[in-house]
Amino acid sequence: MPLFIFFRLYIYILLLRKPHFFMQQDALILELQNGNERAFERIYHLYSESTYGIIYSIIRDEKIAEEVLQDVFLKIWDKAPSYNSDKGRFFTWILNIARNASIDKIRSKDFKNDQQNLKTDNFVDILESKTNFSEAVDSIGLKKYIDALKPVCKKLIDYLFFKGYTQKETSEELDMPLGTVKTRNRICIDKLRAMVIK
Amino acid sequence: MDIQKYISSGILELYVYGALSEKESREVSRVLKKYPEVKTEVEEIEKALLTLSAATAPNNAEHLIASIKEKLSKPTTTTAPVATPVRTINWITYSGWAASLLLLIGLFVFFNRTNELREDLQAANARNIQMEEQIANAREDAEKAEELLAVIRNRNVQRIPLKGQQVAPEAFASVYWNTEENTAYIDAKDLPEPPRGKVYQVWSLTMQPLTPTSIGLLADFEADDNKVFSLENQNQSEAFGITLEPEGGSETPTMDQLYVLGTVAAP
Repeated sequence: MPLFIFFRLYIYILLLRKPHFFMQQDALILELQNGNERAFERIYHLYSESTYGIIYSIIRDEKIAEEVLQDVFLKIWDKAPSYNSDKGRFFTWILNIARNASIDKIRSKDFKNDQQNLKTDNFVDILESKTNFSEAVDSIGLKKYIDALKPVCKKLIDYLFFKGYTQKETSEELDMPLGTVKTRNRICIDKLRAMVIK
Repeated sequence: MDIQKYISSGILELYVYGALSEKESREVSRVLKKYPEVKTEVEEIEKALLTLSAATAPNNAEHLIASIKEKLSKPTTTTAPVATPVRTINWITYSGWAASLLLLIGLFVFFNRTNELREDLQAANARNIQMEEQIANAREDAEKAEELLAVIRNRNVQRIPLKGQQVAPEAFASVYWNTEENTAYIDAKDLPEPPRGKVYQVWSLTMQPLTPTSIGLLADFEADDNKVFSLENQNQSEAFGITLEPEGGSETPTMDQLYVLGTVAAP
């Protein structure tokens, strides 16, 4: 009898260690909202690197970006119950938290001025100067993609994705009609998708 | 709604960016839940953007999870994440001790029980032996009784009552005389126990002239429970008498020690 209990316990621990075995995305978010730490770990595993990338592209300081990343995930934990899938994607929700936290950070008094002049750079500079990529990224394909990327695409992706501008703000910034922002951006992303999905 | 046109409009990319107004976003969410192909499209866009932004991270951030988890607030449960493994270890330790204790108690109980059973078995064995002896005795008694009964019932047997004489008026005895087999059974139950150093001697008497012939001694009188003695008697006895004689018996009866006397009824 005790042997049976230990066996069940063992199976349970196994399942908890690999949540994707039984948790689909929606269920995973629901578990997170219920305060399940395992679900939080899984969410962290899924989104932390991208979030870190977004934060770093705005802050451009590894140490400070790490601090902000931690704050962002603490916010994700605390605010998870307020996420509503009717309003948008969970990824988008995380993006907004990360961008807002990063922008708050570079506007704060303790953020050094000499780092602010890097603001003119965008994600392309980071990718071009980068030598080590994580295993999940096809670095050669990505560099080819960046090389072939039109300047307007670089700006569209930088504003809309990394900096979180609205469609209207982007349209004004680039002096481009609203509809054009939408269709142009799609063409830029289609190439990225072709590179990622292949 | 033309879904392909909707997809190719580029609105889904802006939706994932979060670049739409809240009203527009709600609208896309509604469409997404209705059309699986829209959902697939959104998931692919998301995957591409996840890859792109992950590539801009300066390094892997997996190692930060431990320090983040330490700072997580616990709104619903007060259980600290560290507490669970500690409690599990304690539980395992305690259950280990509990198991050993249970085993010890079990062994002790088992040992006691074995001893009790062994004693019970020995007692039962002793009782068995006693019972067997009793049964053997009872069988022997039964055999004797049957033998006696057979003697009494035999048609050739004649019963001669011997009445108490002057020395012992209360004494009484019977002779069951089988004339065919020339055997006399003496029932001496109502004779007093002989004094130490004395023995009863049985005499066959013929009357004219009075001639006593010894037919034997009632040996081991005290030890015999039935007090029935079988003696050989080939004489044409007309009477039987029992006298008390010195140990070993006498040639002639000591008449003043005649205890009982009875005559054989004429056929």
